[in-house]
Amino acid sequence: MDTAESSSTSKKIQVQRFKPDDNPDKHYLNEETGLWAWLTTVDHKKIGVMFLSAVTFFFFIGGIMALLVRTELWTPAKTFIEANTYNQLFTLHGAIMVFLFLVPAVPAALGNFILPLQLGAKDVAFPKLNLLSFYLYLTGAFVAIFAILNGGIDTGWTFYTPYSSTTGGAVTTMVFGVFIIGFSSILTGVNFITTIHKLRAPGLTWDKLSLFSWSLYATSIIQILATPVLAITLALIGMERILGIGIFDPAMGGDPVLFQHFFWFYSHPAVYIMIVPGFGVVSEVISTFSRKHIFGYWAIALSSLAIAFISFLVWGHHMFVSGQASLASMVFSFLTFLVGIPTGIKMFNWTATLYKGSIDIKSPLLYIFGFFFLFLVGGLTGIVLASIALDVHLHDTYYVVAHFHFVMVGGMVMALLAGVHYWWPKITGRMYNEVMAKIACGIIFVGFNVTFLPQFVMGSQGMPRRYFNYIEQFQPFHQVSTIGSYILGLGFLMVFYYLVKSLFTGKKATANPWGSRALEWQINTRPPLHNFHHIPVIINGPYDYHKPMEEFQLGLAESTGDGHGQQSDIKVTSDGKEINAE
Amino acid sequence: MNAIRDFLLPPAKSTLAEQHDTLFWFVHGSSLILTIGLIAVLIYFIYKYRRKSEDEVTPLITHNSALEVTWSVIPLILVLIVFGWGYQVFMNQQIVPDDAYEVKVTAQKWIWQFQYENGAQSTGKLHVPADRPVKLIMSSKDVIHSFFVPDYRLKQDVVPGRYTEMWFNAPEPGESIIFCTEYCGDGHSDMLGEVIVHEQDEFENWLAENAGGGSQPEDLAPEEWGEQLAQEWACTTCHSTDGSQMTGPTWQGKFGSEQTFEDGSTVTVDENYLRESILEPNAKIVEGYPAVMNTYQGQLNDDQINAIIEYIKTLK
Amino acid sequence: MADHSSSTTHSRFFQHHFVDADQQFETAKMGMWIFLVTEILMFGGLFAAYIVFRLWYPDLFTQASTQLNTFWGGVNTVVLIGSSLTVAMAIKSAQLNQKKNIAINLGITLALAAVFMVIKYFEWTHKFELGIFPGQFYDFGGIEHEKANVFFSLYYLMTGLHGIHVLIGMGLMGWLLWRSLKNHFDSEYYTPIEITGLYWHLVDIIWIFLFPLFYLIE
Repeated sequence: MDTAESSSTSKKIQVQRFKPDDNPDKHYLNEETGLWAWLTTVDHKKIGVMFLSAVTFFFFIGGIMALLVRTELWTPAKTFIEANTYNQLFTLHGAIMVFLFLVPAVPAALGNFILPLQLGAKDVAFPKLNLLSFYLYLTGAFVAIFAILNGGIDTGWTFYTPYSSTTGGAVTTMVFGVFIIGFSSILTGVNFITTIHKLRAPGLTWDKLSLFSWSLYATSIIQILATPVLAITLALIGMERILGIGIFDPAMGGDPVLFQHFFWFYSHPAVYIMIVPGFGVVSEVISTFSRKHIFGYWAIALSSLAIAFISFLVWGHHMFVSGQASLASMVFSFLTFLVGIPTGIKMFNWTATLYKGSIDIKSPLLYIFGFFFLFLVGGLTGIVLASIALDVHLHDTYYVVAHFHFVMVGGMVMALLAGVHYWWPKITGRMYNEVMAKIACGIIFVGFNVTFLPQFVMGSQGMPRRYFNYIEQFQPFHQVSTIGSYILGLGFLMVFYYLVKSLFTGKKATANPWGSRALEWQINTRPPLHNFHHIPVIINGPYDYHKPMEEFQLGLAESTGDGHGQQSDIKVTSDGKEINAE
Repeated sequence: MNAIRDFLLPPAKSTLAEQHDTLFWFVHGSSLILTIGLIAVLIYFIYKYRRKSEDEVTPLITHNSALEVTWSVIPLILVLIVFGWGYQVFMNQQIVPDDAYEVKVTAQKWIWQFQYENGAQSTGKLHVPADRPVKLIMSSKDVIHSFFVPDYRLKQDVVPGRYTEMWFNAPEPGESIIFCTEYCGDGHSDMLGEVIVHEQDEFENWLAENAGGGSQPEDLAPEEWGEQLAQEWACTTCHSTDGSQMTGPTWQGKFGSEQTFEDGSTVTVDENYLRESILEPNAKIVEGYPAVMNTYQGQLNDDQINAIIEYIKTLK
Repeated sequence: MADHSSSTTHSRFFQHHFVDADQQFETAKMGMWIFLVTEILMFGGLFAAYIVFRLWYPDLFTQASTQLNTFWGGVNTVVLIGSSLTVAMAIKSAQLNQKKNIAINLGITLALAAVFMVIKYFEWTHKFELGIFPGQFYDFGGIEHEKANVFFSLYYLMTGLHGIHVLIGMGLMGWLLWRSLKNHFDSEYYTPIEITGLYWHLVDIIWIFLFPLFYLIE
């Protein structure tokens, strides 16, 4: 290890080079062991791993429900279950996928693991709150499962009143469960914003923040601003059912459409809670595997914030046919088109990043290419739906179902899978089977398109969503879609199989198998319990592929009296040559 | 081209459908071009800049303002066009012509009912004159429903406690399906209807025949009329006539049988019980079935109720 | 592991993942501020409902408001403002290292919060006796308005949610009092008092909005 003297305006700091250990004796998985240590851990990495396991579990539960729904739709009339069972299944599919999988998947699972590593921090700002967040999630999930087993719910995941306040079943219990999960989400948001503000390593200025962290920052802002409104809305449904307060009940002077305003004020931003962290993964993976500085760093970073901001002003586009004022519809339509612009900018920037890159199509990048096409289709059909006149025809048809799945599964799940494959070696210390990963990616891509492309056609032909029986004209499309869903399910099972297998028989991963410049790859694979043995000093940005690898393994050993982040003007001399932090 | 049109969209049977379709094709066409363009560039880059050796060094390209402004502004202009266009068509859908013929629509689980100016009523089938604007004034008796006619490219939520409106003009006689598109419970997907567009004089005949609401047609026996009513009023959406299990108890063999209720009491099914069940469905809840039926008080008149009871009696 | 010999890290409540106590303090404070934003949004939903219904039924709100006791509402306002003051004084005492005063001020805050809740209890039970229940249980003939239940549904929801926050605040104050008696706080470490104080001010401010919106409608 060589040492270099460096000086800033106020003090001298020592910078040393630390090579990460490819095969560390001690890492976060073996420094504390045993079930109790896991259950009471405040280590963000373990909490991230627990979240990853939990969301995977609920993804499969929700997925099984999706397959049952698709199977039922094989014939126009009853195939094998009753209408009420079918209604419960699609409700639970939606509610589980949205609240238990999509919302926490990237931020709480991958974000928890990676964010502090990318910031050079030893943990998130409030480790205990982080653990509480996990337990709130579990509690909420148990309450929700309890509701399913005790009466079930058949309202659709949107809980529209007055249906939800009058139908039978365990709606009150279910909304209580989602209410609790909401607090889990809020606490994660509070934790991440504070962490990003206060715990960045010395030299890690805002312009060196990874785009994944930027996307989590934008996501957290949405989480803390939108989720409380969902909480109060769900509490109102509960009160409506218990006390009959009548806020949403026209018979008592209330207004059912007010519920829709409240609900979508959360739930529209919520779809950005789901997708924006995915954008962050895309930026990381594209830069790493094309070994190139990201194109338009600020455009990508700020467009996340722009999306977060505008996403609060577009909820009314779910209500073009609800009877809201035409003027309101016009404003909401206009703002919805605006939210498409920053999203488009990201797509162009990612494409431009590939220009003159050194592109190595490893499986994470392959998943990102899948994301690219599917999200493009999802986004552009979003433009179609933002246009009021077209939405009047397409609203609540399979077109919307397909659009939503292209964005959420095609976009978010593909990005999540890319992220899982990308960080798998860092998390587990193992490599998965690359060939199988590529085949699985292909199967998922094909299966997905076979499932959801026919739904666009059905939708524009007029097939309404949430239909148990349908007219015979749509049967061929439904059957193709059902076959596609089986292929899709197979693809996901395959991913699960080879990832789990890699835990036992996978090749040992080196510290930085992809040659990434990002900070989390500069430490041991399977990071130590407290992440950094030496507080890292950040001189280069995470995408500085034009600089040699040696400049990225700097750690600061001494003199950390003023170790806050936000030191924007550290100058570090290394190897006798001066490197200016921008 | 026509084949693609028919593949993606239902036939255009209202005056506004064409406007909608033009915009539909414009947005999808430009999206398709953009998708193909971007994916082509992507594939080209992937091929051209594939990694050739492990120690390749890439140039530092951080941004390009001209390029970035271009790809922000051009899509912005495009979406503004689509926005303005979409809004214009939407306003055409919203502003009802003054001479529109008014029909009152009432939605409830899980039927559509239509009331006309002269007291005529129909259920499930909306009768309208061709080539004349028709305005629907809609309200719901229970939860939110949504009135959707794909052939007209029109949809409007039907909300309890308020009136919503929509209008259309179908130039040609014919038939189009009505879907309910706001989820409303077990019978949601059976809440279908039909718009029947008549020539003007034919429509007036129909109207005159049905003036004043339902009375027994001369050529039908009471039980036959009852059967017809049970279809029209969608009783059979929930009550089977062949003993199969649906949302409500089956009608087969119901008359004269012993009925057990939620509270444990029993009754022998007779005319009085059936009448009460139609007018006050929640007075007695049959064991094992949800209390979801609406009252038909003020909707079915005595003759109609008697006819339905006669029909139920025939289902042994 | 970096060697932190700095005097600011001596506290036994210093957490390892921070660089120094200052950073820990600032971080905790920021976290609480962000949490308070979520609280405002949560109440914001109910305030939005309030605005909608007040615009729809302006007469109802004027009429129904007369059923609320402005005097006791006013007393409660003074009580809460007073408790905000004592919490601020507790923080000041901590900064001045007057350990005994921390406990005294926290104790007064806790007592004032209890007074608030007792008054609230009597206000509610009085209404229950009149038959003014929320929602479908509403059974009171004194207001000539068919939607009178809506006003009281909102009243119970908003003051109820606020009351829950006061109770949580009391729990936190009790915990702080216990810790201060165990001598946990001094001028070097008083983060929990500071951030609980922030929370308490928010609870106070929300009441300052609720009071005129329900009690003082002309």
